[in-house]
Amino acid sequence: MPGPGGPGGRMRGPRPKVENPGKLLMNVFRYVLKNYTPHVIIVVICIFIGVLANVQGTLFTQTLIDDYILPMLKTPGKADFSQLAHAIQRVAVFYGIGVVSTYVYSRIMVNVSQGTLRNIRSDLFIHMESLPIKYFDTHAHGDIMSIYTNDIDTLRQMISQSMPQMLNSAVTIVSVFLSMVYLNIPLTILTIVMVTLVFFISGKIAGKSGRFFGAQQKDLGKLNGYIEEMMEGQKVVKVFCHEEKSKAAFNELNEQLFSSAYNANMFANMMGPINAQLGNVSYVVCAIAGGLLALNGVGGFTLGGLVSFLTFNKSFSMPINQLTQQMNSIIMALAGADRIFRLLGEEPEADDGYVTLVNAKKENGKLTETDERTGLWAWKHFHKAEGTTDYVELTGDVVFDDVDFGYNDDKIVLHNVDLYATPGQKIAFVGSTGAGKTTITNLINRFYDIQDGKIRYDGININKIKKADLRKSLGIVLQDTHLFTNTVMENIRYGKLDATDEEVIAAAKLANADGFIRRLPEGYQTMLTGDGSNLSQGQRQLLAIARAAIADPPALILDEATSSIDTRTEKIVQDGMDKLMQGRTTFVIAHRLSTVRNSDCIIVLEQGRIIERGTHDQLIDLKGKYYQLYTGKPAEKKDAAAG
Amino acid sequence: MLKTLGAQIKEFKLASILTPVFMILEVIMEMVIPLMMASIIDDGVEKGNMHHIYVMGGWMLVAALGGLLAGSLGAIFGAKAATGFARNLRKTMYENIQTFAFANIDKFSTAGLVTRMTTDVTNLQNAYQMILRMCFRAPFSMIIAMIMAFNINARLASIYLVAVIILGICLMLIMTRTTKYFRQVFKKYDDLNASVQENVSAIRVVKAYVREDYEKEKFTKANSNLYNMFVNAEKILVINTPLMQATVYTCIMLLSWLGAKMIVAGDLTTGNLTSLLAYCMNILMSLMMLSMVFVMITMSMASAERISEVLNEKTDMTNPEKPVMEVSDGSIEFRNVNFHYKQQGGDPVLKNINLSIKAGETIGIIGGTGSAKTSLVSLISRLYDVSDGEVLVGGVDVRNYDMEVLRNEVSVVLQKNVLFSGTIYENLRWGDEHASDEECQHVCRLACADEFIEKMPNGYQTMIQQGGSNVSGGQKQRLCIARALLKKPKILILDDSTSAVDTATDARIRKAFAEEIPDTTKLIIAQRVSSVQHADRIIVMENGEVNGFGTHEELLANNEIYRDVFESQTGGHGDFDEGGAA
Repeated sequence: MPGPGGPGGRMRGPRPKVENPGKLLMNVFRYVLKNYTPHVIIVVICIFIGVLANVQGTLFTQTLIDDYILPMLKTPGKADFSQLAHAIQRVAVFYGIGVVSTYVYSRIMVNVSQGTLRNIRSDLFIHMESLPIKYFDTHAHGDIMSIYTNDIDTLRQMISQSMPQMLNSAVTIVSVFLSMVYLNIPLTILTIVMVTLVFFISGKIAGKSGRFFGAQQKDLGKLNGYIEEMMEGQKVVKVFCHEEKSKAAFNELNEQLFSSAYNANMFANMMGPINAQLGNVSYVVCAIAGGLLALNGVGGFTLGGLVSFLTFNKSFSMPINQLTQQMNSIIMALAGADRIFRLLGEEPEADDGYVTLVNAKKENGKLTETDERTGLWAWKHFHKAEGTTDYVELTGDVVFDDVDFGYNDDKIVLHNVDLYATPGQKIAFVGSTGAGKTTITNLINRFYDIQDGKIRYDGININKIKKADLRKSLGIVLQDTHLFTNTVMENIRYGKLDATDEEVIAAAKLANADGFIRRLPEGYQTMLTGDGSNLSQGQRQLLAIARAAIADPPALILDEATSSIDTRTEKIVQDGMDKLMQGRTTFVIAHRLSTVRNSDCIIVLEQGRIIERGTHDQLIDLKGKYYQLYTGKPAEKKDAAAG
Repeated sequence: MLKTLGAQIKEFKLASILTPVFMILEVIMEMVIPLMMASIIDDGVEKGNMHHIYVMGGWMLVAALGGLLAGSLGAIFGAKAATGFARNLRKTMYENIQTFAFANIDKFSTAGLVTRMTTDVTNLQNAYQMILRMCFRAPFSMIIAMIMAFNINARLASIYLVAVIILGICLMLIMTRTTKYFRQVFKKYDDLNASVQENVSAIRVVKAYVREDYEKEKFTKANSNLYNMFVNAEKILVINTPLMQATVYTCIMLLSWLGAKMIVAGDLTTGNLTSLLAYCMNILMSLMMLSMVFVMITMSMASAERISEVLNEKTDMTNPEKPVMEVSDGSIEFRNVNFHYKQQGGDPVLKNINLSIKAGETIGIIGGTGSAKTSLVSLISRLYDVSDGEVLVGGVDVRNYDMEVLRNEVSVVLQKNVLFSGTIYENLRWGDEHASDEECQHVCRLACADEFIEKMPNGYQTMIQQGGSNVSGGQKQRLCIARALLKKPKILILDDSTSAVDTATDARIRKAFAEEIPDTTKLIIAQRVSSVQHADRIIVMENGEVNGFGTHEELLANNEIYRDVFESQTGGHGDFDEGGAA
């Protein structure tokens, strides 16, 4: 079973401990205030007004009986209601203000909370897009996604509900406390004692409930992990008649979850009645004590005073219960906030390149920059020392000079790689899985940075080239095809956003994708969903090739671009590919040797080192590794290294 | 749908009934308290009767205790009923899914099934708990409070009646409008998250095409749209609280004014007025609660529908009444077979297939993408049923066999194969749970998997991670072949199962098959001609039809497609992959 946070663990593990909740909470506050300071100030003021309006209403019930009804009862027959009418009008005005301010703060909070969430989502996404590939290699995609879904959701709860609620509760508690002190001090002390008791007991239960919730999350994570794995392999289960076994294992996990979920829910449910009834007990105790005080007229305590006090007693325990309940959800939200801020704190992909790619035209044999799209590109190289700018034509000349590379500094996977690709050449990489073929191509477009050595592109060290411009000059068809939820047309257009429909169709024709696209239900307007799951693997690869074709880059990287196309279809694709490769520097990584045979240079990699290089004929003559793999005959010459 | 779901309550019926009962008891206790409070004020305080205060206070404590007991029991039974209901839902769904035929599995996507069993069940569990605990409690609380208020003073209590009606209508309007909005919003929200997901998995494409800014802009726009939709929906929802407040305040003021008049006129006591004021909150809060339950139920309707779909899905395939329990030999025959997938309309995938394969033969199958090679072999172990015609194994129609017997004798290595988390031994023993270590190692030798397993630090005890993510593609394929061999089947089908294995190893596996399991009929689907050219006979598939069936030499002479493929692959038929034919 995968452990918590294991494969695909979408944050279903036990609730992680938040290390510095105070600091995190401040960070959240700061984030909210960054854009919404005036809003928040208005909200705070409105909450104050709302609470005060409510409190004055409660106080009014005291004056109602003591100051208006009781005096009128003493003078039966000629009761004067005008004073009472005035008082009620006054209260009505306050109430009115209270209602308005409640509306105002709730309405503003919608903008504050939703706006903050929008900003967080945008910030997260924008920041995520700037992160290096390494980040995506080292973080499970499920975990990244859960930040957008689970963590932001809990944060929404916290910002839109818990925060105003807590503020409201805090203000209520303070004002009610002051009112109680004003009414009667001994009873206030009694109430405080009762409340402390409530706090203590519910704290105990909350602790228990929290532990069970942790267990529930863990069991839920385990069960969900199991369900995901088994649903993924459901067909294998059928083929092996493994249904009963899989049911048995499922039932065990299901029972575990039932038991922990039951306990967690039970304790959570019990919090309510326990708090409420303890509140009632506090109410009774106050009633008896207050009754005694009022009857004996101790300290001028009156019947009306008792009535008001009892209302306050109730309105004192309510916000305290709310506070304890909100605490739980705030702690959960902070765990999510922690992950959000951690992603935002990730170091973005560094780019200190300053050489840019510009459209160019040749005038009198000299390259000059131009705004129009000429089809001729140049690197604009500004020399700081001399203050001069020169233009180098983009041709696709790539040189590796003694390059070492490792995904981690302590584990080098490519050793002393030397490589020359002159413009228009087709360079092929062959070698077993893990030999470093894909790695080399990832270095050319700087998905990863090298540890040692130099890579030059048209004579310029690629570290000096702005990453965006470097990548624009390189077309790439990846091993795993990725398509976006959009039409076929838009998916191809991804390679060149301003391409016309005609250009898209031309590119599709070049890649021999036009035929199958036209047979799709809605042709080029067919919507692709779920990474193009409605297409076959081969069709998806054809689209990826078309996408690269429309970008029309001077250099091309094809990483196993035809691996999933059957050999017959591949022949059709190959024509398109050959057209595409015409006049471009192309790096081909291939599995099938037949696709690399006509390369200008074939490079054989083994364990991160180049062991052989040369044309097909040269390598066959060499009778080394390539010969062995190509012919299936054993190599005659070991340790071959040619130039 | 409700019937389907209701049937899953099963042993938790009692708890489901007791929960609302105790919740109602709790409400009664809560209601009695303001009544006693009034009595304390009227009969105790005003008459100076301290004894009455003690007695009533005592009763109030009893009532509070009773409320506590009822509330706690309601909490316990409610939790039991809801979590039990969820457990049963998961269990029944899972068991039903286990009976699904391939056609049923295709209908629901993997992700769809996972969501139904996880998120949707949790939604229903919460909704069910809410229904049990609140659906009876809230209206009951409102009715009791209303009755009591009327009992005290019908004229004043009618204020509440009017308030409830007005507030109720307003809440209904707000809720129906917002739920409609929220459904749209959540749909958009899912779309937004789907696009994030897409960006995460396609990050290399995004970066390679330098489309970060384009994606950012697209996202920011969608995100702003979502913000506007959220604000529009919540804008209506926030009227709730002030509306509620306004109603409560209005009631309090009306009561104060009219109550004062009545007290002066001697029609009401001050205690009565206090009780009436206390009921105000009770009545209106219950109404509020009810509207929340209503929202929650409508929100969980979608989950309920999705779960019912799985529960009501009947498997397409059942065992025959008198199943044949033994497969006599590994011969295969297709007679006039037509086949099309149920979910897809249109042309049949397989057209008029007639084939006869003898036991022990090795048959290669070759053909382009979409030529229905996989569909052809999946009929043999009855993963799908034919639309017309019949498929015979050992001379018997596959539909007459006991499915387990058939599938144990016809072992398929699926194209999209899966390893499960567990040790290599555990994974292998899916083929035969009683297999000894030696047997496991033997099949691994046949599948040429022994060489890499033995190099692993823990050998056969090495843990395979979920989805087999810690072994390479070629290693995974060889493990899957070994697993299938452990069944000692009469027919072995390899569906493109050595595509990631290098040519030399592929050849050794085929050699081992020929020597070690000569009596097993072997069907090998492959892209590489080298994988099939030494087979006894080769089937060439094209557009769902058998284009050619014969030996390598025959096909080379007579079959254009085969010749094409052969020529395109000869010479450089080598393939690099791990191990690299060392």
